[in-house]
Amino acid sequence: MAFSDWLQVALFILLLLAAVPILGEYMAQVYQGQKTFLSPVLGPLEMGVYAVAGVNPSDSGDWKKYTQGLLWFNALGFLFLLGLLLLQAFLPLNPQKLVPMELGVAVNTAMSFMTNTNWQAYSGESTLSYLSQMLGLGVQNFVSAATGMAVMVVLARGLAGKQIKTLGNFWVDLTRSVVYILLPLSLLLALALVSQGVVQSFSAYPSATTLEGAQQVVPLGPAASQIAIKQLGTNGGGFFGINSAHPFENPTPLSNFLQMLAILLIPAALTWTYGRLVGSLRQGIVLLAAMGVLAGSSLGLSLWAEFGSNPALGNLPFLEGKETRFGIVNSVIWSVSTTLASNGSVNAMHDSFSPLAGGLALFNMMLGEVVFGGVGAGLYGILMFVILTVFIAGLMVGRSPEYLGKKIEGAQIRMAALAVILPSAVVLLFTAMAVLLPVGLKGLNNAGPHGLSEILYAFTSMANNNGSAFGGLTVNTPFYTWLGALAMLIGRFGVILPVMVIAGQMAQKQAVPASGGTFPTDGGLFVILLVSVILIIGGLTFFPVLALGPLVEHGLMLQGKVF
Amino acid sequence: MNEFLIALRSLIALTLLTGVAYPLLVTGLGQLANAEAVQGSLIKRGEQVVGSRWLAQPFQQAGYFWPRPSAGDYATVASGASNKGPTSKDLLDKIKARKADLLKAHLLPADAFVPPELLMASGSGLDPELSPAAVQFQVPRVAHARGLQPQELAALIQSATKGPQLGLLGAPRVNVLELNMALLQLEQRKFSLKQGHQHESQQ
Repeated sequence: MAFSDWLQVALFILLLLAAVPILGEYMAQVYQGQKTFLSPVLGPLEMGVYAVAGVNPSDSGDWKKYTQGLLWFNALGFLFLLGLLLLQAFLPLNPQKLVPMELGVAVNTAMSFMTNTNWQAYSGESTLSYLSQMLGLGVQNFVSAATGMAVMVVLARGLAGKQIKTLGNFWVDLTRSVVYILLPLSLLLALALVSQGVVQSFSAYPSATTLEGAQQVVPLGPAASQIAIKQLGTNGGGFFGINSAHPFENPTPLSNFLQMLAILLIPAALTWTYGRLVGSLRQGIVLLAAMGVLAGSSLGLSLWAEFGSNPALGNLPFLEGKETRFGIVNSVIWSVSTTLASNGSVNAMHDSFSPLAGGLALFNMMLGEVVFGGVGAGLYGILMFVILTVFIAGLMVGRSPEYLGKKIEGAQIRMAALAVILPSAVVLLFTAMAVLLPVGLKGLNNAGPHGLSEILYAFTSMANNNGSAFGGLTVNTPFYTWLGALAMLIGRFGVILPVMVIAGQMAQKQAVPASGGTFPTDGGLFVILLVSVILIIGGLTFFPVLALGPLVEHGLMLQGKVF
Repeated sequence: MNEFLIALRSLIALTLLTGVAYPLLVTGLGQLANAEAVQGSLIKRGEQVVGSRWLAQPFQQAGYFWPRPSAGDYATVASGASNKGPTSKDLLDKIKARKADLLKAHLLPADAFVPPELLMASGSGLDPELSPAAVQFQVPRVAHARGLQPQELAALIQSATKGPQLGLLGAPRVNVLELNMALLQLEQRKFSLKQGHQHESQQ
């Protein structure tokens, strides 16, 4: 690594950390219903949404009512998007005359964008009309992100509230997330991307005659607006098939840097917001510190692996699948950011990374997308690990566990365990299924241990709602589209539902005064414990299969073996 | 049932806001701020569109600089990567074949160095740029094919090289299509100069 590479890493981390208190404080104002500096402009927009939707913003309901609204909204969003994808040939804004999506791929895609996964079994430029992109995918980019943020806010209210029955209004949290946070940030980022050369057009694809006389079709579309929310909402679904490696999505090092920041911006700042919402900033900082330790280690190891050379391919550097303008350093910062946050966009092909850097991308997702994770989703995810950690700490000192001044009991621990186990079980079971069935193996693009990694990566990505891929695997077959849709559904709502139950149960509990036996959850010791629990659970669950995939491939690569 | 109706109406409201108003606003502002870029940064030669600044195109003739290999053969709808892993025999074979082709095209011995980025395909399959080293590597071939002196190309390459953005981000790089366009312009200038000389000597 050159000095300029280190400088870029340092600048990235510094700018990200500098943004945390600013955006975190602002989002806390938004979720506490306070006026913000943008209220004069955005207030009327918010009220307009309530008027059209028939929402009374001062209503507040219990966790069941909140969940009911959330589920209806997501179900309708899924059906609307599915309808668009199946009917796009008969709808406007389809200058390339693209045909309806095949049913399995359409179900997979609608599920993928509704669950904030943004796994893609298609290439946008050859498959989707402009209308499907902006009215279908674009909208789910916003509202799936806002759904995650709403669930996180409810959990914070439930944990902090003392003997309360109501947890707020889903429609208000949803609307305020979109109007005050996602929309203004997206507008800013979209304009910055346009200044760098990202396309934003409704024209048909123009045709060029190259200098050597060949014909070249230039794909276009309303891309900049969608790419902005794709990054900020940890969605990650590319406007073009090859995602953020495509020069029209990400033309310059600056567009790349801004998008990398956007991937982690909201998940990182939400830790600060959480601290404010539960009335103790330290509780949020502790979570940020734990995430920082894990993210820093992953980034360091990945850089070390990827800056090596490959003895199996004539000692060349790892440049296959990477773009010149990003180089190795910006490809690795991106791969680590996008797999820690459940973003899933890629600016370089993870399939062609060194076994260890590719394996770390995989492992980042296996931690359950709780280190930064999806917007909102990462925070409520890591809070499940917090509950398990105070439980384990309680067992060690022989006290009943407490968090934020309230007792954690069997019912909550069962729910937290469920939220942690469900996605992991899906990963291992579905991968095993794919490896055992000819239809699963048919899609492989690589032989040897790398083939196992391809399948493992696919289900890890889908079940944890990430969306990135070892892109060589052919995933538009019925086996992968239907099974994948199920994986994404379980990965999303198998976590959201237990979280909502916990929020409802915790809200009704009385506060217990802190005593000598209370284990403090706002100090360095707790950071160490939390990091250990996350690593041990992720490690114990997945070490055997990682050993058969990336780890053995690393050893074989060092011996110069190819398959 | 009440929640169902609110869900339906909320979806409509938020769809109008984020799926109609927002992309149209970005389109309008983009058209004002950077009209050429939002339509694909097309490059013209006279009236003829010859490509986009951001999309690599296949160059095979010896007199042009060649971009990085493309796994999807420079297809644009849709473009693609090899997605071959670090222990892939297919990839190893491809690298060997590319190296042999490049050595032959540049009249180099078997143990000569070839910049690795010319042996490995880009992520997008449309990487429009090369590092200065990969451009330098091709100078003897291009100069010879066009009957130019390598020094004549040096200034051209220098002016086409972009440093790290804001002095910090990314690595130095050269846009291949723009470089080839500049090459044609250089040749045109020399041609008209030569014609001018001929004209003078005839007088």
